[in-house]
Amino acid sequence: MPTLVSHPDEVKIVSRRFGQGAADIEKYIELDGYKAVQLAISQGAEMSNWIINTMKASGLRGRGGAGFPTGMKWSFVPKVSEKPKYVLVNGDESEPGTCKDHVIFLHDPHSVIEGTMIAGLAIGSKLGFIYLRGEYRYLLKQVEKAVADAYAKGFLGKNIFGSGIDFDIITQTGAGAYEVGEESALMESLEGKRGVPRIKPPFPAVVGLYGGPTVINNAETIANAPHILLMGGEAYAKLGTERNGGTRLFGISGHVERPGVYELPMGYSLRKAIYEVAGGIKDGKKLKAVVPGGSSCPVLTADEIDVGLDFDQMGKAGTMLGSGGIVVLDETVSIVEFAMRVISFYQHESCGWCIPCREGTDWIKKTLTRVYNGGGSKKDVDNVQYLAENMMGRTFCPLGDAAAMPTLGFVKKFRKEFEDYIEGHKAGTPLITVEQLVGAGH
Amino acid sequence: MADVTLIVDGKQITAPAGTLLIEACKSAGIEIPAFCYYPGLSLQAACRMCVVRIEKQPKLATACTTTIAEGMVVQTETPEIAQARKATLQLLLGNHPLDCPVCDAGGECELQDMTFKYGAAESFYAEPKNHREEQKWSPVVYFDRPRCILCYRCVRMCGEGMDVFALGIQNRGSSAVIAPNVPAQLSPDDLAHVDCEQCGMCIDACPVGALTSGTYRYKTRPWEMNHVATVCTHCGDGCKTTLGVRSTSDGSEIVRGDNRDKSGINNDFLCNKGRYAFDFANHEDRITQPLVRQANGELKPVSWEIALDHVGKKLRELRDTRGGKSIGVIGGNRLTNEEAYLLQKFARTVLHTNNIDHHRTADYVAFAQSLAGHGERTASLHDTLKAPAVLIVGGDPTVQSPATAWNLRTNVRLNRAKLYIANAAEIKLRRQAKAFLQLAPFGYNALAAYLAGDEAAALSATSDTAALSSFRDAVKAEENLLILIGSELRGAELKKLIDFGLTIPGAKFALLSDYVNSRGAADMGLLPDMLPGYTPVGATSPMATEYAGPNALGLDMLEMFDSADRGNLSALYVVGANPVARYSIDPATLKNTFVVVQEMFLTETAALADVVLPAANLYEKAGSVTNSYGDLQQVSKAGDRAGVRTDFEMIVRVADKIGANMQSLVPFGKGLRADMGQTRGVQSGEADRHAVWLTANNMEPRLSPFDSFAILDEIQRLVPGYNILRLQLLSGNDQHLSPAATPLVQISNRRDLVVPANDTLFTSGTLGRYSTMLCDLQQNEILRASNLTQIQTAAD
Repeated sequence: MPTLVSHPDEVKIVSRRFGQGAADIEKYIELDGYKAVQLAISQGAEMSNWIINTMKASGLRGRGGAGFPTGMKWSFVPKVSEKPKYVLVNGDESEPGTCKDHVIFLHDPHSVIEGTMIAGLAIGSKLGFIYLRGEYRYLLKQVEKAVADAYAKGFLGKNIFGSGIDFDIITQTGAGAYEVGEESALMESLEGKRGVPRIKPPFPAVVGLYGGPTVINNAETIANAPHILLMGGEAYAKLGTERNGGTRLFGISGHVERPGVYELPMGYSLRKAIYEVAGGIKDGKKLKAVVPGGSSCPVLTADEIDVGLDFDQMGKAGTMLGSGGIVVLDETVSIVEFAMRVISFYQHESCGWCIPCREGTDWIKKTLTRVYNGGGSKKDVDNVQYLAENMMGRTFCPLGDAAAMPTLGFVKKFRKEFEDYIEGHKAGTPLITVEQLVGAGH
Repeated sequence: MADVTLIVDGKQITAPAGTLLIEACKSAGIEIPAFCYYPGLSLQAACRMCVVRIEKQPKLATACTTTIAEGMVVQTETPEIAQARKATLQLLLGNHPLDCPVCDAGGECELQDMTFKYGAAESFYAEPKNHREEQKWSPVVYFDRPRCILCYRCVRMCGEGMDVFALGIQNRGSSAVIAPNVPAQLSPDDLAHVDCEQCGMCIDACPVGALTSGTYRYKTRPWEMNHVATVCTHCGDGCKTTLGVRSTSDGSEIVRGDNRDKSGINNDFLCNKGRYAFDFANHEDRITQPLVRQANGELKPVSWEIALDHVGKKLRELRDTRGGKSIGVIGGNRLTNEEAYLLQKFARTVLHTNNIDHHRTADYVAFAQSLAGHGERTASLHDTLKAPAVLIVGGDPTVQSPATAWNLRTNVRLNRAKLYIANAAEIKLRRQAKAFLQLAPFGYNALAAYLAGDEAAALSATSDTAALSSFRDAVKAEENLLILIGSELRGAELKKLIDFGLTIPGAKFALLSDYVNSRGAADMGLLPDMLPGYTPVGATSPMATEYAGPNALGLDMLEMFDSADRGNLSALYVVGANPVARYSIDPATLKNTFVVVQEMFLTETAALADVVLPAANLYEKAGSVTNSYGDLQQVSKAGDRAGVRTDFEMIVRVADKIGANMQSLVPFGKGLRADMGQTRGVQSGEADRHAVWLTANNMEPRLSPFDSFAILDEIQRLVPGYNILRLQLLSGNDQHLSPAATPLVQISNRRDLVVPANDTLFTSGTLGRYSTMLCDLQQNEILRASNLTQIQTAAD
């Protein structure tokens, strides 16, 4: 089990049971577990409205990266539906640099279960799914045990907490595709099909899993729900900034002294997060750049880190809060190599459905690999920028943007480094072949 | 649905609510390019070519997934959009082999067209392209991976359109590839194959040259062919197929069949036979010289003059000495209406015999008589695409009438039509059926009796009588029901079923048969007891007054051979039919009969003939044909072969040798006007605009006894139900005709006269044996089946 980190600036809401053995249901109950769901049920006929209003008041925005207000999402689900309604927990945490859902499943799986129940009660669903990333299969046993324990206690199944409402949870893992982190692709995957996204509209709230109205939320979002119900929406909202309620988990990795997952209030300074919370740059080196919210977010240079960590401030800074995965790069990092590795990931994970993403990621990867190996010209930098610009906003799903955005960030903000690199690496021995990169054999 | 008004490129357009933007634009004459979009198939939104700018939307939107909305303001061709499309093309071309000079699709390629339009000419990639070797998936389907742009049209076409699901996608990202359903590791030859119906719809749908046809690939370029739209000969649906024709040293060769402009009765669809099975025309066994049997028993090639003289003299002599009733005439069901009509007229008025029949593949006589007075109750093929509910009794449209099956599947998929199927076999359409009634073997007659009210017949119809009763109730509750009837139902049983159907308001009927003009052969009176239009022989009618034919009923097919067996049939004149094989006739039966056969090949029947006259096939002549449903269409001449003659011409020339009055047989030369320099070839079938106008006004002069239009005039004038709209016919459209039979005289109980061909997807009667591609596909099926057995055995 990775070591848990801690810092006084942290405001522990969703992480408050971390490190206390809450994976055990008794311990979880002891730490106010399953109280929120009972509180919800005690609202009687007003239950659904009460939950949704509390969630709206909390200002909680989707923690997967898009930042859509959760309460509003839940309110979109039609009250009456011919088809069954579903709750889906998106635990397909695949964005490079992100490892927050991982610790939730590890330390507090019951909070996800309880959150799923709350979402189910809010929208009138009787069935929830917890979808774990394929690479998190080793966590499945623990999550399954938590679900089984909840069933054994009678918390799940028929007539939960005497409410007369039935609620079941099914766990499922993916098969190792980044793409199924996209909500509609996840549904396809869960239905046993190829994990490719669906055409929207209709949105999942209306036509989702198996054609039924579906709420799909990130695991961290869902895990927040019980805490919000217990502390009240307004109290949660106050922890953060305007329109960015509460706290969130930030996974700070890379060249810092104390990497780890920290729960910080929304709007917390990025500079402080790096230099104080994570202990500053490792070995006293200089900061070169920060990828602030998972590898799809445009890079920030060392001069651009005086920004608050919330959706709106990060947007204004020309990047994104994303999934909260802050990757810190020190002065030793070659941006050319980093860009190549990032695009290699997206090239490997592109599902192939649409042309701009499928072909664009491939050509950017090939070009950057050649540049890295010393066969580049300045024209290549233009080409990469041209490709990325023409992928932006043109792809079927956000994966294309996720690949184009960081690429644009790299070549725009570090153009001189690319050009210098190209000058300095003429016709040397190849450092790496395309095949040696991720995606060998393809 | 209510109309919605929107503004596209500054132009106000209106379309029904719910229309996709791309379709609304198309109907307003604004073309939005798209690779992946295909009308009627599920939306893919993968190619991103159809992006447009919709006011108030942050990003470019795909027109193929956008439903129009009131007041929507759309730009379809701005610099921003052009750049987006150009960039997409650049990405596609990056990995494209650019082998357009040798690619089959060159000149007919959507990627070429788009590149031409958006000019993605510069290349800026230094890395090698991804290359994969081409794959032969079946004798007719080849796959060139590098040319594929992954639009998934083929995948959807095969799955949604054909309900075959032979194609899918393997891998992801830039390695994603279209893959067939028999992977290499499951094939004994370690190559990937398709296990499918070989319809070629995937090739048709492919916007580029990734999927190519085994019959056509690398043969020619599209612009080197003439494209002749005609009607496929192979089944009773009568699909329009466009034949690509190229000149050769001895005529013109058909090198391709396809559904080029999709303007035919078959809409988007064409099956493997319409697409590939034109090649019998080029078979090496084709007879190209008249053959006359010598004293030593050998068939020897002779000149046309000698052969025709011989036939004429002999028939005249037999007619004059032994009487017309000693002569039999058998027509084919791949002849044109004009030929069939001419043949029976020749038999009746020149040979003075009613001994006329054809290979019946369905009981159209009983069908017409049962529907006498209910002309409006006959269905067109178009109805299979529109009817809200369809009952299919017998038959297996997937195999025997693939276009019908395609329409039914489409109707179910897009319009949620309800399909009721009663069949003794679990036919494939069952998968689309709302209700399937498993009949007992040969349970059709009992079913007809049960539906007609005989409750006692229930147990003979099916073992599941509860299902039977709810099936009947469900069917009876339908309105505007379309009833498709297989050839299993004949005579009195057919009438019972139709009588039952007539009690359902708005119900329409069609009787499915096997070949392109099976229906026309019956309509045109290739029958011993019926003149054209099911006019009984001997009854008074406008037709009978013009026909100086015998009044006695003639012998039917089986009676003729019985008569021959007894030595009473002095001559048999067979045009485009193979009764010896079809009706399993003992060759010795014909030993004392003078047999003349007009044929393409030395079939079982031709091999017994005294004279074989080499015939042109349907693709080498012009005229009209009537499909199973009674939809009339024009046939145009595509191929040409030195040495052969059309059946029409041969009949006329034989009649001439007999000494018949040509003006009476073919009413030519009646025209009053010169043709103003627009003289058309005898069989050209090409309707220039002037000729169309003349013909529409019934003013075109018939200058030649070989002009089939002279007979068409007569058909139009004399055959009840053939109220033909000439413009409709000559401009290549179909029109629905209803049989106008006189009410029931008596229904024949000779069930054995109807011999369904029972063709499979890869056979087509005698003719099909001479299609190399059909033979290859049969071989392929056998091989596949044995491979499957091997794999299963190995697995056990």
